[in-house]
Parts: sequence; C-alpha cells; structure tokens
Amino acid sequence: MRLREIVEALNLEILNEGEHLDEVVLGGYVGDLLSDVIASGTAHHLWVTIQVHENIIAVASLKDLAGIIVAKNSTPLEETLENAREEGVTLLRSPLNSYQLVTKLSELGISGG
Amino acid sequence: MFKKVFRVEGGNFQKAGSVSKQIKKILKQLNLDGELIWRAMIIAYEAEINAVLYAHECQVSLEITAEKIYMRFKDKGPGIPDISLAMTEGYSTATRAMRERGFGAGLGLPNIRKTSDHFEITSTVGVGTTLDIDLFLN
Repeated sequence: MRLREIVEALNLEILNEGEHLDEVVLGGYVGDLLSDVIASGTAHHLWVTIQVHENIIAVASLKDLAGIIVAKNSTPLEETLENAREEGVTLLRSPLNSYQLVTKLSELGISGG
Repeated sequence: MFKKVFRVEGGNFQKAGSVSKQIKKILKQLNLDGELIWRAMIIAYEAEINAVLYAHECQVSLEITAEKIYMRFKDKGPGIPDISLAMTEGYSTATRAMRERGFGAGLGLPNIRKTSDHFEITSTVGVGTTLDIDLFLN
C-alpha cells in the first residue's frame, strides 16, 4: 500500500509532504525512545510516535523510513518542520493515540515487519 | 583508502544527526551494501547523539578501506567514571530534559557495541571518551 493511500484511509493531516507519499509502505514501528527506533526502525516502514522535537527527522531520514505519524495531534516544533522540509521527510499527524493508529494500520495490512 | 574527519558540536540538538547524514551519503556513494549502511547509521547516530548530549565537542574520523569501515568518536567532555556500568542496557545518566526528548534510555552504547564487529571504548574522567569501531565489509 502506498503512503498516500494510507493518508487518505486514516484521514491523516500532512504536516510536510516530503518525498515519500508515493512510496510503498512495507511495515510499521511504534516508539518514543529514539535509541529504540534508530536500532529497530526499518527502511520503508512508517513510524508512529508522540515525539515532536527536531531529532525525530534525523532518525527517519537516516533509517530511510517511509514517514512519521505524530499521534494525539501533538504539535511539532518549528525546527522539526524546518528539518522535515530540508530532509524531504514525510510528516503526518492524527488525533488518534499510538495504539489506535497501530490498530488501524494493522487493519490496512501494515504489519510490524 | 577514503578518510574524512567531521566535528560534532556538544549541546547542539538542531544539528544532531548531520554528521551521520554526511557519513551515510559517503557510504551510499561508495555503493556499499545496504545492510552495512543500516548498521553504520545505528552506530554513527547513537555516537553522535551521545556527543551532543554529554560532550563539549567530538571529532569523528571515518576511514574506509577494502576490508572495513572504521569510525572513531573522540570527544572532549566529562568522561565516564564506570565504563562497565555505562555499557549496561538501561543505565543512563541522562537528565529529565534529555529523557523527554526520547533519549537516555540507556541503549546507546549497548546498541553501538551490538551493531559493531569490533568495539573499543576508553575514557578519562574530566578529559573525554573515545570509541573505536570497525565494521567489516565481508
């Protein structure tokens, strides 16, 4: 499934379009500890988190993640948006919490890898 | 042999990850294996973040030969009084502010060691910490 289709199905807000909307999403990961995500994040997977500071962008970019979904409508810092624009990282947002998001992603066939 | 030196500025969260990004670009340009780049990024990012979190500055040396990727992270900083404790998963001296950013899980150094083919750490309190890491190409 392409990221664009997931955005439509889950009605996600696009905070930064980035370069990944037409990418096929191969799985997902959820986590708020950056060390955990840098160790376990996989290329072309979606990352669900409540972290909104600028360092999430570097993690997504270095691990070639398909994108980040910020849960619970958290508001990213301006530096986060700026880095996302610079790095081409797709940054999305939802009012749902992490568990609800993962459940819906799973229903769409996006597994844990 | 390819050789390049970078500098990480302690405390600069805005730039955290930028040296790792440059290393990734070099490894990609050299057409190295994707799995190897993936491992190199875990190491580079964790070490860079440690430098941003704890050190005043850190010199990063990258060397690539036909046999291996070698990375050295040599920082000027507080040093580590008990290395075996620092290498324990879950142990961290991170402040509350660092933890709120999703750092300080006590996974950084253990992750680096796990991901490396060869890992050495030396530290002098009040001077700094040096990590020497090899990733073999084959």
